[in-house]
Amino acid sequence: MITWLTRGYMTLVYLFLYLPILVLIGYAFNDSRSLYTWGGLSLRWFEAALNNTLLMQATGHSLLLAIVAATGATIVGTLTAIALYRYRFRGKKLLNGLLFTVMMSPDIVMAISLLALFILLGIHLGFISLVLSHITFCIPFIVVTVYSRLSNFNPAILEAAKDLGCNEWQMTRHVLVPIILPAIAAGWLLGFTLSLDDVVVSTFVTGPTYEILPLRIYSMVRVGLKPEVNALATLMLLISLLALLASHLLIKKGSS
Amino acid sequence: MLHFFQRPRSPFKTGVLVLIWGWMLTFVLLPNVMIIFTSVMTRGDSHFIEWQLTLDNYIRVFDPLYLQVFISSLWMAVITTLICLIIGYPFAFAISRFPAHVKPFLMLLVIIPFWTNSLVRTYALKVLLATKGLLNQSLLSLGLIDTPLRMLYTEGAVILGLVYVLLPFMILPLYAVFDQLNYNYIEAAQDLGASKIKTFWHLVIPLTMPGIIAGSLLVLLPAMGMFYIADLLGGAKHLLIGNLIKNQFLDARDWPFGATASIFLTSAMAILLYAYWRSIKLMKQQVNV
Repeated sequence: MITWLTRGYMTLVYLFLYLPILVLIGYAFNDSRSLYTWGGLSLRWFEAALNNTLLMQATGHSLLLAIVAATGATIVGTLTAIALYRYRFRGKKLLNGLLFTVMMSPDIVMAISLLALFILLGIHLGFISLVLSHITFCIPFIVVTVYSRLSNFNPAILEAAKDLGCNEWQMTRHVLVPIILPAIAAGWLLGFTLSLDDVVVSTFVTGPTYEILPLRIYSMVRVGLKPEVNALATLMLLISLLALLASHLLIKKGSS
Repeated sequence: MLHFFQRPRSPFKTGVLVLIWGWMLTFVLLPNVMIIFTSVMTRGDSHFIEWQLTLDNYIRVFDPLYLQVFISSLWMAVITTLICLIIGYPFAFAISRFPAHVKPFLMLLVIIPFWTNSLVRTYALKVLLATKGLLNQSLLSLGLIDTPLRMLYTEGAVILGLVYVLLPFMILPLYAVFDQLNYNYIEAAQDLGASKIKTFWHLVIPLTMPGIIAGSLLVLLPAMGMFYIADLLGGAKHLLIGNLIKNQFLDARDWPFGATASIFLTSAMAILLYAYWRSIKLMKQQVNV
């Protein structure tokens, strides 16, 4: 039995989670120049955002970064999940521990340690440093996503492939990967959103030559509230939402 | 060594292990070791650090100026965690009581904010809380207040922002334990005449403890580092440890001290994770007995 009191309470919590986002989306379509008076429906702020060259350049940079980082992290993360599932090796516990640490440690701790590394190695702060950092914080999430799919999977299929004369690589390439493909795709999408959402790590490892969208938005909204940002934020919410729903459907499809 | 040669080594396996170990050593282990080194060095002018051993940075952390930031940041994080627990506990329980076909949808509604950009969500909260924002306008037109309230740039605003961004991190692990809670125990306790309060206190709380601890850690740890929330909602006044570390690294250019502050944050995390691990172990022993 779910009482009305419970339903009311749940509605309040959902309202708390969604109200600010909905208000922001509402303002994005507001024709008025002032943020706080309603001037009718309009797409002018979307137009203003799309015509802002700096914003669009930063958006392009962010999308490229998210695609490259998600792809890199998916390759490393998937191989790691397969290794953790298939093989016994020394230091397996330590590797698990390291992945767990990366997932749990506050972003800022990882951010400064990577900055120190790049300065020491003389890696130019910009695209390369951003890609390497984003791959690093995405890997554990992809390992978890792919591993959870592997752990409820019938190993007899792999034995069959071996009996038919596959070597380790052929078995992985032609049997294992096709079966876990939905989980791999879901992992990629999670990596993509994680990369697009990151503020903390990027603040530290970016350079003046490569500006990305979250940092551009951050510097814009620190000084005041800008209507173009509402429109851009609405577009970003839409992209995250689509990526999340796609990954959700993929995981569902994979487990059924 | 014999078994080593009996099985043919697969080049694929070797390649994968070299790749992941190489990556983790280069981008996780090595950078953190470097931070520990940096924390015992002296600040340098031309380069970021000078190779001179010192423990000054560890003493400076206890300077009242910085200690105050640490304490107020910890205080805000603890309050945030408690609020998230008070809101999230009954909420996660309520979701777990819904029929199986509705539950995934209700949880998806919690996960959506979890995966959307937290900077954008913080900004949305700022828009709502502004002096001329919707919240003040509504309160004014309802006649509840006469003059707009100053809600932004207060400690309350920072805590609200942290709760807003981190609440899903509390709900997810709590839901996981409630969803697997064995209600037979609770029915048995009530059949044996335990009151509702007694059942809750002696049975439900201990059984859901792993979720309570996991959720609290997932809220408490990031709550000390998310500098942009304090920056956007608290102005320059209500700093988190994250703001302190960022200022030392990017503005004051005092890397050794920034590294030390970060080590304090990591140590706090390590202690809490250890406590978590111990309590899970103890809990398992109790259940087995």
